[in-house]
Amino acid sequence: MKRINQTTSHGLGFVPAPLAKLPWRVLFLLLAIGGFGLVVLFSAAGGSVQPWASRQGIAFAVFLLAAIGISRVRMSFWQGVALPAYAVITIMLVLVELAGAVRGGSQRWLDLGFIRVQPSEFMKPAIVLALARFYDLLPAGEIRRFGAVWPAAAMLGVPVVLVMLQPDLGTALMITAGGLTVMFLAGLPIRLFLGGALGLAIAAPLAFNFLLHEYQRNRVLIFMNPESDPLGTGYHISQSKIAIGSGGIFGKGFLNGTQSHLDYLPEGHTDFVFATMAEEWGLIGGVLLITAFILLVRWGVGVGVRAENRFSKLVAGGLATTIFFYVAINLAMVMGLAPVVGIPLPLVSYGGSAQMTVLGCIGILMAIDRENRDRVRF
Amino acid sequence: MSRIVTEAAQAFSFSRRAMVLGGAQVAVGVVLAGRMAWLSVAENERYNLLAESNRVNLTMIPPRRGWIIDRHGAPIANNRTDFRVDLIPDRLEDRDRVLGELRQLLALTPEDMARIQTDLKRAGNFTPVQVAENLDWERFAAVSVRLPELPGVQPTRGFSRSYPAGAAVAHLTGYVGAATAEQFKETRDPLMVTPGFKLGKDGLEKTLESQLRGTAGAKRVEVTARGQIVRELETRPDKQGRNVRLTIDLGLQEYAARRFGPNSGSAVVMDAVTGDVLAMVSMPAYDPNSFSDGIGRLEWKMLSGDDHIPLMNKTLQGLYPPGSTVKPMHALAILRAGIDPHRRVNCSGVLQVGTGRFHCHKRGGHGPLDMVGAVAQSCDIYFYTMARELGYDTFATTVRQMGLGQKFELPFQSQRYGTVPDSAWKLRKYKQKWTVADSVNASIGQGYVLTNPLQLAVMAARLAQGREVVPRLLLDTPHTPAPSMGIDPEMLATVHKATWAVVNGGGTGGRSRFQGLPGIELAGKTGTAQVRRITMAERRTGVLGDGAIPFRMRDHSLFIGYAPAAAPRYAVSVVLEHSGHIYTAAPIASDILSWLFDRDKAMARLEPLEREWGGDVQTRMAAQWNTFQAEQAAPVASVPATPADVESATNNVVDSAANQSQPDPAVAQSNVTDRTE
Repeated sequence: MKRINQTTSHGLGFVPAPLAKLPWRVLFLLLAIGGFGLVVLFSAAGGSVQPWASRQGIAFAVFLLAAIGISRVRMSFWQGVALPAYAVITIMLVLVELAGAVRGGSQRWLDLGFIRVQPSEFMKPAIVLALARFYDLLPAGEIRRFGAVWPAAAMLGVPVVLVMLQPDLGTALMITAGGLTVMFLAGLPIRLFLGGALGLAIAAPLAFNFLLHEYQRNRVLIFMNPESDPLGTGYHISQSKIAIGSGGIFGKGFLNGTQSHLDYLPEGHTDFVFATMAEEWGLIGGVLLITAFILLVRWGVGVGVRAENRFSKLVAGGLATTIFFYVAINLAMVMGLAPVVGIPLPLVSYGGSAQMTVLGCIGILMAIDRENRDRVRF
Repeated sequence: MSRIVTEAAQAFSFSRRAMVLGGAQVAVGVVLAGRMAWLSVAENERYNLLAESNRVNLTMIPPRRGWIIDRHGAPIANNRTDFRVDLIPDRLEDRDRVLGELRQLLALTPEDMARIQTDLKRAGNFTPVQVAENLDWERFAAVSVRLPELPGVQPTRGFSRSYPAGAAVAHLTGYVGAATAEQFKETRDPLMVTPGFKLGKDGLEKTLESQLRGTAGAKRVEVTARGQIVRELETRPDKQGRNVRLTIDLGLQEYAARRFGPNSGSAVVMDAVTGDVLAMVSMPAYDPNSFSDGIGRLEWKMLSGDDHIPLMNKTLQGLYPPGSTVKPMHALAILRAGIDPHRRVNCSGVLQVGTGRFHCHKRGGHGPLDMVGAVAQSCDIYFYTMARELGYDTFATTVRQMGLGQKFELPFQSQRYGTVPDSAWKLRKYKQKWTVADSVNASIGQGYVLTNPLQLAVMAARLAQGREVVPRLLLDTPHTPAPSMGIDPEMLATVHKATWAVVNGGGTGGRSRFQGLPGIELAGKTGTAQVRRITMAERRTGVLGDGAIPFRMRDHSLFIGYAPAAAPRYAVSVVLEHSGHIYTAAPIASDILSWLFDRDKAMARLEPLEREWGGDVQTRMAAQWNTFQAEQAAPVASVPATPADVESATNNVVDSAANQSQPDPAVAQSNVTDRTE
């Protein structure tokens, strides 16, 4: 790790210093994943850059530049805005609920007149920042006290319940996972998590029966047995498994996927883009993509390990894990290991918001990485 | 101090927990990669199959049925090119608009529209539904050119069954029709629901189904999830079913059918040497062409309501008292019992048996008659006397040998075999003892005796040849000569002399003598079968002429015979139901047989008759249909008849006919049998 960093910062003397200082290793990973995503989208559109690959490419470029921009923001800034940002986004979530109630239907968007925003998407990094800030502020000796648990639990619970009400099971899951990761990394007693897991095992059936919406319950049931509903919700999972399974080790070849090109695979360019990829690139493509994502996440966690202060450590670990959960939940869903919850595959699935969130996270991770390296150099 | 330690401990704890977290993430990554390997390697074959079955849509091509041909190769049933229009429900975008346009383009009736709607409801998304078949080129083309605006419409060129001889072969071939929902459920064969596929519903079409059907072809096309065809992959052509060659002579069959005119009845012509059935006609009949296209409710109503029972195959399902046609056979039985053919019996017109008085058809009596004279004049008293003397059990053996009551292996689903009664049979069936009156009744083919027209033809053939001729309909095996029945040639010669005299020696069949066929003579026997009981009141006031009583109550007229009389080759039986005239069957039988010797002369005799009847079979059927439609001017019910209806209704018809020709035991025992010749 260190050796590579030194090579990038010192080995290429002819490269201008600002460029040389960029974390090229992670940028290469991002370009590889995003580029491969564009290739898959090109195929998903039947061998055309229109309509998805072109727009996705532009969005990727813009957000990647934005991430590089974010990487120059000092962590003290995030330390300052973490809690206010959390508050603002929570209020927006309440507004979404109210707007939905007024319009007489569920909704996830908030129309600000000039732009429509989805506050739940922002909540994914925001909860990580806010909880990291909370444990940053918490005196070290307090960590084994009850006072270290309940405020965090409340901060996590409020947005999760609001998002569940939308209802958006996938995002609620992601927010919960991000928050719990920060709490875990902050050093809360392990027994709390083990107890929580035990409690979940008891509560899950209850939640399934009383908390979930009818359509969510159906999705879980169909996930358990996709063949029970081959033309309804189970259709997604069945067709996705067919696409992946029929791809074999080497795939059917670029532009040769039948499941995607003949429209048997629904959402082949968004949530189920991995199946589109796997059908044409096979197990080889899938393993490469999974490896790339694992490397990206490991880099993020490593950034946290090397970080100096507690806030940066927790933020890096939390954000890296948020990216991990995106990938893990999406792949599990696509391969029939999890119910269909509507989590896209970051950097590959067509669509702006997930890309924005993930590259935003990466921007902050790069900022921490930058401060780490500055510290190493001086 | 403690705080610094704790912060260091926290940093250490973070590193440790981050390691655990990173490890867990890698583990999840490995699990996901493993899952993917499981799907794409271990289960690859299964998912490949599923992907293929998604991608490839298999469309069945209904096989062309094998032809049914006559003994000379002329088509009795063949296939003609047929333009058809189907709907693919899943590809229909604006159902009502498309159906509306099709209705205009194809001139569909409300009846058609109702059927299409029902079929659409029943069909799956990709199962085509038939809109119309047997379209002419213009209407087919009109739909074809508008295809771009008619999504979901599929014009197809196929084949449909055709019976060039129409009604003349209806009861022989039966007809074809679409498979029923039950048949599909039973077999799960997708061919059953393929539009254009027809299977045999009756007659030979049904019993020879396995030979005639053939093997379906298939068209493999690549389709999108919405059913849009991307390209054709490959087409496997259908394999036509096997042709089936019958012993039937189509020309004779058609001639016989026409010769019946407006009468109701049946005719069977057999080759008396080989047993080949040359003609098997039951008239009136339905048109198998219109049955195979799916018959309308109204047409069905007309056919099932007709008292001439056009839906029943009378040659195999009609049972009749054979009447006097049994007399040559009985003469043989009497000879075998050792009676001298020259022994004379005096006919005074009536015979007292116990308390009953049995009449001869000739009121005043024939006077003294020997055997040949008794057969020729159809004297009843002669046979009464012999039966009283010998008992009917003596006759029954010969009667069974001649084929009455016998089951013949013919490719038809329902045959009725009739009854040859004797004392044991009566005891078994009615728990009653056989009486002399029973013998006397049976001696002139009345009472309990029942036979179908095919058995009558077999009787004629066996009498003509003295061989155990067995009827056959399929010309598939080389013929082996029938074994001799071991009849004394002298006795057979006596019987032949008698049957010759019936037609040529001043007997009752004189009107059926061959005309214009020098050197060829017809031999045979006439008969009348009494349908109703003649009451004592009628007897007192004089028996009514047949013209004065309702159709269903009139007597049947029968004739059996063979030709040439000198060297028998062809045998015939004709039954005219409720004919109203005693001697009508004989001239028809004569004309039918004469066709085999000189068809031009036979046709020449038919022409004036058909002019009198109002045209040939087809013309008269069309006229009947028009009249019926006019009578039923009330709005047409739009629900088409389902095959199940047709089948059950056919059964009803058969049953009612059976009831009607079943002998009333009271008649049998009433000692009143004076209307035989």
